[in-house]
Amino acid sequence: MALLIDLLSWALILTGGAFGIIGGIGLLRLPDFFSRIHAASLTDSMCAPCIIAGLMLQSGLTLVTVKLAFLIGFLFLTSPTASHALAKAALHGGLKPGKCHSPAEARPD
Amino acid sequence: MDTLVDILLLAFIAICAIAILRLRDLFAAVMMFGLFSLIAAGLFTTMHAPDVAFTEAAVGAGISTILILATLSQTARREKSQVGRNVILPLVVVWVTGAALIYGTVDLPVFGDPAAAAHQHVAPYYINESPHQIGIPNMVAAVLASYRAYDTLGEVVVVFAALIGVIALLGLRRRPEGVESGPLTLDHHQVLKVVARLVVPVILLFALYVQFHGEYSPGGGFQAGVLFAAGIILYALVFGLKSARQVIPPRLLGRLPAAGVLIFGGTGLLTMALGGNYLDYNVLAEHPPTAQQIGIIMVEIGVGVTVASVMLLIYFIFAERGMRRRPGNDAGGEAGR
Repeated sequence: MALLIDLLSWALILTGGAFGIIGGIGLLRLPDFFSRIHAASLTDSMCAPCIIAGLMLQSGLTLVTVKLAFLIGFLFLTSPTASHALAKAALHGGLKPGKCHSPAEARPD
Repeated sequence: MDTLVDILLLAFIAICAIAILRLRDLFAAVMMFGLFSLIAAGLFTTMHAPDVAFTEAAVGAGISTILILATLSQTARREKSQVGRNVILPLVVVWVTGAALIYGTVDLPVFGDPAAAAHQHVAPYYINESPHQIGIPNMVAAVLASYRAYDTLGEVVVVFAALIGVIALLGLRRRPEGVESGPLTLDHHQVLKVVARLVVPVILLFALYVQFHGEYSPGGGFQAGVLFAAGIILYALVFGLKSARQVIPPRLLGRLPAAGVLIFGGTGLLTMALGGNYLDYNVLAEHPPTAQQIGIIMVEIGVGVTVASVMLLIYFIFAERGMRRRPGNDAGGEAGR
């Protein structure tokens, strides 16, 4: 049982790490601002919760687990909201999706 | 493993510092400053100093970033390039200062050295005596609010003095009538409103937890005050300054910084009135540890009230100044963000 939990926990942590790396690559490589936000929000919504869930399995039934659960809840609320606000602000500021193809062009000034 | 983490974090800090130097976009530089503080907080965590890390994350990465952004919204977004300025003299000054500092580090004890002077002087006394003199698990709170209460009083007065400086420079004038939404609001965001409604009460609750649980876990008045202010500033950003101003009546808010300092200083006067020395909590109750804990709670409340109200007032002064200069203008502010 302990081995099973350990395996599951490490699987979750590694999945989270993989999503973090994918998100980082996407943030650097994707062509325009909006697809980059998509990559960054992937880090927020998959990487961090997966790693935290893995840590929850590691810490067992303690107060730490409850705090980590709160953390996941908080991240699930705030991260997508931040990405949404960022995208909306960019759209509002006159940036059109699919128009810019390099970071230099992406800057509005 | 710890050394590897330390080296990585320090390398990231150095990269951040170089990036800040090279950036000409001030918004990006502010964000890098926030990142810098966050990495520093991580570094403090690896040194097992959660109280300091908490403060660094809340103050450095959180509230100071917001305050600098509020300042930037009233100035230019990009740094002006100064053509033809003298680069030799600043370079010489920086190199000489840097060389002197590096020369100074040669005399410092090795990182984590148990024989270092700091670990030999008062630290053993605090570690050995605080469990039965004060009896709270968080030794940092015991040192901060009891053994070193004079220093903490000084820090609170510094925070208060910062507010006085801002008021002296920018004024505490009321917002003119008829000016509704300014450049610092996002009140057309429906999603933000819904989420902020969910999150702001949790932030305020957490601030209270940090305030009153500071004797048992990392935290205390400074962190709690900053968190409380951050919660209300988030409310102000999403719902507009006018609604946020109604949360705490302006007349009350203007008096709270002084009230906090007064609670702290008054505790000291109270102990003097009861026959002890200034901030000697032992006279507050029969049993010394109980008396110490009462004193610590009182001064921490003073710290929390001052820090929260000073942060809020500085933010409001900056944000409302932006409104006064550009009444009714929100297009310019939105495009810059």
